[in-house]
Order: sequence, then structure tokens, then C-alpha cells
Amino acid sequence: MQPLLEVRELRTHFELSDGVVKAVDGVSLSVPRGRTLAVVGESGCGKSVTARSILRLVEKPARIVGGEILLYDDAPDTKPLDLLAAKDKRLRQVRWADIAMVFQEPMASLSLVHTIGDQIIEAVRLHENVGKQAARDRAIEMLDRVGIPDPKRRVDSYPFQLSGGMRQRAMIAMALSCRPRLLIADEPTTALDVTTQAQILDLLQDLQQEFGMAIMLITHDLGVAAQVADEVAVMYLGEVVEQGPASAVLSNPKHPYTQALVRSVPRLGLRGKDRLVAVRGTVPPPYERPTGCRFHPRCDSFMAGKCDVTVPVRVRSDEIDVACLLYGEEER
Amino acid sequence: MSLLETKGLTMHFPLHGGFLGRNRGFVKAVDGVDLSIKAGRTLGLVGESGCGKTTLGRCIVRAYEPTSGSIMFDGVDLAPLSEKQLKPYRAQVRLIFQDPHSSLDPRTTLRDIIAEPLRVQESGSRDEIDDKVASLLRRVGLRAEYAHRYPHAFSGGERQRVVIARALATEPRLVVADEAVSALDVSVRAQILNLLRDLQEESGLTYLFVSHDLGIVEHVADDVAVMYVGKLVESASTEELYSKPLHPYTEALLSAVPDPDPASRGQRERIKLLGEIADPSRVPAGCPFHPRCGYAEARCASEVPQLREIGGRKVACHLAEQLDLMGVLTATTAP
Amino acid sequence: MVQQTEAIAPDTQHEAPPEVVKSLRDHGALPQWRLMWRQFRRHRLALIGLIVLIPIYFMAVFAGFFAPSSADTAHTALPYAPPQRVHISAEHGMFVYGYSSTRNQETFEQTFTVDKSKIVDVGWFVRGDEYSVVGPIKSNIHLIGPTKAGEAFFLVGADQSGRDLLSRLIHGARVSLSIGLVGVFASFLLGMLIGGISGYVGGRVDNIIQRIIEFIMSVPTLPLWMALSAALPGSWGPLTRYFAITVILSLIGWTGLARDVRGRFLSLREEDFVMAARLDGVGRTGIIFGHMVPSFASHIIASISMAVPRMILAETSLSFLGLGLQPPAVSWGVLLEGAQNIRAVATAPWLLTPGLAVVVVVLAMNFVGDGLRDAADPYK
Repeated sequence: MQPLLEVRELRTHFELSDGVVKAVDGVSLSVPRGRTLAVVGESGCGKSVTARSILRLVEKPARIVGGEILLYDDAPDTKPLDLLAAKDKRLRQVRWADIAMVFQEPMASLSLVHTIGDQIIEAVRLHENVGKQAARDRAIEMLDRVGIPDPKRRVDSYPFQLSGGMRQRAMIAMALSCRPRLLIADEPTTALDVTTQAQILDLLQDLQQEFGMAIMLITHDLGVAAQVADEVAVMYLGEVVEQGPASAVLSNPKHPYTQALVRSVPRLGLRGKDRLVAVRGTVPPPYERPTGCRFHPRCDSFMAGKCDVTVPVRVRSDEIDVACLLYGEEER
Repeated sequence: MSLLETKGLTMHFPLHGGFLGRNRGFVKAVDGVDLSIKAGRTLGLVGESGCGKTTLGRCIVRAYEPTSGSIMFDGVDLAPLSEKQLKPYRAQVRLIFQDPHSSLDPRTTLRDIIAEPLRVQESGSRDEIDDKVASLLRRVGLRAEYAHRYPHAFSGGERQRVVIARALATEPRLVVADEAVSALDVSVRAQILNLLRDLQEESGLTYLFVSHDLGIVEHVADDVAVMYVGKLVESASTEELYSKPLHPYTEALLSAVPDPDPASRGQRERIKLLGEIADPSRVPAGCPFHPRCGYAEARCASEVPQLREIGGRKVACHLAEQLDLMGVLTATTAP
Repeated sequence: MVQQTEAIAPDTQHEAPPEVVKSLRDHGALPQWRLMWRQFRRHRLALIGLIVLIPIYFMAVFAGFFAPSSADTAHTALPYAPPQRVHISAEHGMFVYGYSSTRNQETFEQTFTVDKSKIVDVGWFVRGDEYSVVGPIKSNIHLIGPTKAGEAFFLVGADQSGRDLLSRLIHGARVSLSIGLVGVFASFLLGMLIGGISGYVGGRVDNIIQRIIEFIMSVPTLPLWMALSAALPGSWGPLTRYFAITVILSLIGWTGLARDVRGRFLSLREEDFVMAARLDGVGRTGIIFGHMVPSFASHIIASISMAVPRMILAETSLSFLGLGLQPPAVSWGVLLEGAQNIRAVATAPWLLTPGLAVVVVVLAMNFVGDGLRDAADPYK
């Protein structure tokens, strides 16, 4: 089936005085229609920058230097829209109406001097030809839908009057007010407590069933990914090293990095007193990207003369696309 | 024997506001906490943000002067001691900070950072201190040559190793680890957790491990205490607590933790908590958890439940005996 | 004050902006000031500012040498004489033409024309007016000047008494540039002390100090300066007056700095690394001078560097209004006082050059201050 969104060879670089940081360096991934893709990775892997690049929300010194971001229409066999090549005006139509975004800290993306209701109304009226009262009704309905108690009153509150969890709900209400086809959620629960996190994740899943939108969830937490994702893409140093169905990637990962990551997280209920299996070393500094496979200095399956020389291409192994030299030799 | 025992430990922060800063009440960050840790063991302290677990940890290392209560450390009450009297205990009770970026002075070399507590305790000449710093660096897995570098050149995980080296420099007996791995990357967390465990085995350290991450606490702690709005609501051995919680809040916390195994999806029943954690300056009457509790009865709203013993564990819930709560410990791989 | 820092899983707190990690490369062993210099160098305008300021200050320090004459040497016959151009010829070497003056019979205005028959030889390192280099060490060597001492040599023209404006500019720079530094130093001492007490002691003391600062800040500065300087006895000599003016300027200037210091103290008190030092057992003074002062010193230096040009401007305004320094003292403000008269400016526009000097210096200082501010925290 045709995906909803396809990212091809995306490159976003930070041009700093000390040199160029290739935060996103050839990311390819696809978001299936109406389903959830979790993009998982550690800090500095470029997952947030990838998310922002999709809506071209990167600012100086960051610059998108290459790639394609294709948004497919609902009707099959129509030409997809390349968001990177689209005119600014067209892109503004796509934001909110087709693709909406929720951030880790809602305070940073909500206006502090406008009520939540006004912000939703503005977003709705910008994209749809509806009257003020209708937009307000929509705002109240959305706030109710995301589980904000007493939405008729809350619609007139300011963001600072809400708690962290409630703000995130309001942000989601706003993002979904124009019924987008894709919701990009960048670490939406990282600043929240586990109990609130569980509420928000449940809410996202309910809303997905109701509105049928696709979700691209950016997270560092494998647990969160396992709970909500249908597909998982694992990123390391600006690249997607592995993408496939969540059940396969998380329970039977192919890439040594994902394997190490999965093993290093203590699992609740499986109390082992043995040492955790840790990934060696640390994420290398941004200017010093290793040659060949970027994970090779930390990899347990490192093959000298191969991994440090050859850049692995993505191959399919079982249901998973993996960029590792351990795979694909025989298939090719 | 308990190395540390707190009795009725309380920390209230005055709320200032208005013209000329009149007092407008108190934030009851820690409110009458009884806690004990046996020597050589690890006590995990869990709870949501704002529950007072960090404040409790900071009271124990006497970063704050508690409002009331006692902190018995090896038979001495640390709570009323003056800064001067505290000096020898500063070496024995140490804190590992959460954020390795803000807890290291960027203008100081690793050598000076790690040597500072040694300098204060006047333990040894310059050369002796240099040797000690070098061996500490090696012990936490860093190279001794790094001593003359500044912290900004290091990654989060490496910095946290420095923080640990500083905490261990004075050969402490009790270490309070406040969210010691929360700010670290997933792949680095395991390294630091392993390091903490190795150090415990080598020197018989006692840990108070403060964390919001129940998965990690389960892995490191021998016993666990759960806090809610400044009070302990439950404490038990890790296995007991995870397999059969007695307090509804513990149950809810456990069920909210996302499991990294996609196969478990939909199999566990989620306890849905209503609302969010109470404001510690306006604690609800009765059981502070009752507005969010699915099992609450009439008396929960009026009577404050005391922490009491049931079968060798402690819980603060009126209904503890009647409820049959759900844990997470499905398979025990422990020997 | 509630002191709670229980953040939840801020794994991503250190995510994304690679600016955070940009200082990670290869300079792990560099101390703070080296990092600051690296950062400062990247600020092009600041660097230009510095390159402009260094020679100007150098010139002010050795004003006697760089100025062709003393500040007071007057050619009474040549008021408002226009600037001369330096010519070079094989015959005479370096020279300027002299003036011949004619008086307009109707307006009695004196007009000068270049008289090509009068040639004034000019040379490097010539002997002229005596000046003191440092204290009692005296010299009469000037960088440039007429070879025959006492001849008129006005590279940027003369003032109403026929004194060389360039020499007066260079001598005036001494006062104008130093008053900023001295004034700022005084307000720095006051600001550090009072702000430090306010921030460290806190509570009621802090409250009272803040209210006082707010009061001082709410008084309109210019009238206050005017009132204070008008109250200075006219009998005071130039040096006493100079110090009195400095004190007046710094009396008001310290408030901003005190607030800055207090704010830094308050925020640093909550910093983890300060608490870490306390838990290491370091005493109060050790924490203040070992950790707190070093971490805000660079910020204070930056804000001081922004205060210097303000002081210079204040002195200029006061002197311009006739309330600051008074002749025979020479400062740029005093020189500008001579340009108050529209007619004088119309006939002798070069009288405005001190204004140009003020603009150049203040701009350059602001650029440097900007650069310092950006470099103040190289760990960001």
C-alpha cells in the first residue's frame, strides 16, 4: 500500500562556526496511513530534527540541504507533493490541515497571551471556511474530546493556568482541530510523569482510532514505542539504521545497535539481579562521525576492514529493513 | 542494623508572595517521613515529580535543614547539627546529582572537582590527593590523564562518572543517588547502573536510590519506598512490592510503566488514574491520594491513613487488607 | 522559595541543538578565558571595535607625544583657522602652507586663505612644547609637528582662541576616556558590594536594598546630575572637579550593576554545582570566591564594558552643558561646548570633530561590550 508520507535521503545540517554538524544525514523512512510510526533513538541521533524538517520548521544555523519529503494524496496514483520543493504558501496549507505537530514542551509552542480557545479558533479559521461561533464550538468539542474537564470554561483559560498534562492535552486538541492526516508528536510525554504519560498515550491511541490519522511519534523510550507503535524506525547519528514492524524490531531486532539498546533497558517484572548489558562507549561527538558504519566503534559484531570502510546500505531481512553489513550479503 | 533512620522527617518551604514577601503558607514537600536503610543495601525511593523524593534525599545529605524530625546516621542525629558539626559527616554521606551538566562547575578541572571534598577534609598532601584523584578516575572508568581537563569536553555519561568519583572521593558509607541516570542516554544508563553496583560490591556502600523510573528501581533496589505528596505510602522489599502492591497508588504507578516488549501490549490491564498529583501546598484532606483513587471510600476523604505494618511491610491505606491489587512481577529470574 | 528540581526523564533535555555540544571539539583542556577569547574572536564587529579602541587609548596615554602641541598653546591671531593639508614635495619635504588672514570690512569677520608663499616645514619627532611623560619625566619630542617650534600647525583646524584642535582632542581623550573607566570602577565596587550583600544575605536586607535601588533608578538622571554638579563649589580645581564628577556619575551607575550581581547571586545559589561544593564541606567564603564569583565575573566584566560608554556620554553631556568639567580642563565635552554656537559651527565645522570622536569611541565600546557579553558564557 502507498504510504502517507515518505522521507527520502533527508539531510539537515547545522552550519556552525566550528564546522558542519550533520544532524540528519540521509534519513529515509515512511509513515504508513492511519498507523503509528515510532522514531526511536538517543539524544543527538537527529530524530527531532527529522521531525521538524518534515514541516520545514528548522531555523538557522540548521539547513535542509537535500532529500525529498513526499506527501501522498488519499486518491491512489496521484503525484505526491514534495514538501521540500513546495512553495511557502502551499506548505502553510499543509501545516495543520494535513500535518500537525505536538512538542515536548507545550508551553514553547502555545502562545502565552492568548486563551487556548482563541488559538484553536484561529487555527481552524485559517484553514477552513467556518464562522467564529462554529470554530468555537469545534474548540470546545476538541477540548472535551481530549479529556479536559469542563471544556466550556477551560476554552477561555490561558496556557499557564493548566497543568503539564492538561497543556499537552490542549496542544493535542489544537493539533487535531483541523483533522490532519498526520500528527507528528515530538517526545510528547517526556516531560510528564508515568501516570500522566499513560493517560496521554491512551488518548493518542483513542484519537487515532476515531480520526484515522497517522502518527509519527518521536521518542527515546523504547517502552513508549512498544506500547503505541505499529512500525518502529531506529535512528543513530543522523541515519535510520532499522525500520520495520514494532513487534519484529523490538522483540527480534536485527541491527546490533537496536539489539544492544533493547537489552540495556531493565524490563519491569523480569527482575534480574545480573548486570545489565550495556552498549560500549558513548555517542561520538557531532563533528567526528565514524567512517563506514557509524556504529562500528561501539559494535560487538564489528568486522575489521569491513565495517570501518564500507557504508552499509539498507537491505531487507525478514520483515525489517536494516542498514548493517551483517545482513544482505547472501540475498544480494 | 539500620545505617540510616529518619523519624518524622519534615521539610516545609514557606511560600512567599505579595508586597514585601509575606508568608502565604507552606509547601509541604516532605511531611513526617519514617525511613530506614540497612547497611550495604539499596533502598529505592519512587514517586511522581513533586512528591518530595528529591527534597527528602537532599534533607538526608543535609543540603536543607529539615523543619523537624530526626536523621539518625549511625547513631548520630544529623538534623540539628550546625555546618561545623556536620563536617565529618559530609564525608560519609554523599549525593550524586541528577544533571551531570549543572552539577559540575565548568570552570574547574576534573582534578579540582574531585579533590574538593578531600581538600576540605584535609586528607593528605597535594601529591597524595593527585594520586587519589587518578585512582578515582580509573575506578569510575575514566582515564587518569583526564584530570586536567574541564568538564565541558565530556559527554553526559562521562560527566556522571566524574560526579560519582567526587561522591566517592571521601570513601562515604551512604550515597544518595538522586535520579542519577535519568538525564543519561539509554545506552549509557546501563553502564552507570553497572558501575554503581560494582562500587557497592567493592566497598559495601549503602544507597538511597531516588528515581521515578520503576524499571530501573526494580533492577537496583533491595527495598522500595513509595512517596506521594510528601508522605510515604508504602514500603516493602522490592519483590513483595512489585509482585503484590498494597497501596492503590503503587499499583497505578506500576501499571503505567510502558513495557518495552510489544508482545505484552494489551495484555496488562491499565489502572487509569484520574487527574494529577496534588499540589503540596494544598494537600487534600484525609488520604492525599483519595481524589485519584479508584477504590476510595467515604472515610478516605476524612481520615488520614497512618503508615502501619501489615505482614512485615508498611502501607498507609485504610483498605490495604481488603484490596487485592495487581503487581507486575510475572516471572522471577532471581535465584 | 520552593526548591524542587524533580524533573522527569529529561533524556531529551540535552537533545537536539548541536550548539550545546559545539564546544566539545578538541579544547577540553582550555580554561574559561581561552574559550571566551575563541568566542570573542568570532564576533567581527567586536574585534573591529577592539582594534579601533586600542590605538585610541594608547594615544590618550601618551597624549603629550602624539599631540603636535600642548592643549593650551594659542595662536591668538588665528582663531577658527581652517584645517591644513600636509603636502610633500622634493624641494621642501613635508610641509603645510601658512595662513594669511583678511578681515571682511562689513562684518568684521576674519577669513583665512591658504598662503602658498608661507611654507611651514613639518617633520617627524620634532621638538616642541614640553610635556610630562610619567610624573617628573619630561620630554618635548612630538610625533609630528612644525620643525620650527611655535609655528601654526592645525591639521583639523583651530578653535576660537587659535588653539590646535587636534592637540586638544588628543589631550581631551585622556579625561574623556579615563573618566569612563574610573567611574565604572567606582560603580563596580559599589555594585559588587551592595549587590553581593543583597543577593547573598537575601530576605529583609535584600528587600530594603532593592527598594532603594528602585528609588534611585526612578530619579531622572540628567536633572539629578545637573543639580549635583551645579552644587559643586566653583572654586574647586580641575582635578578635584574631575573626581567629583566621577563620583556623581558612579553614584547613579552602580544601581544597574548591583541588580545584575544580585540576580547572579540568587540564581547561582540554586545551582547544583554550588550545592555540590557546599556538600563537599566548602565554607561560605570558599563557595563565594571559589565558585560563585568566577562564574559571574565574566558577565560582570561584560556589563561593565557596556557601562563605560554610558559614562563617557554622561560626562560629555554634562561638560557640554557647562556643568561638568570646566576649562582650562580639556575633555571632549568641554571641546564640544565651544561648538554650541551655530554661527561658529557654520564657519568652523571642524569644531564638531570631538563629537565624531565620541561617536566612534562609544560605538566601538558598544561593539566590544556586545562581543564580551556573547563570549561571557562559553559553556552555553
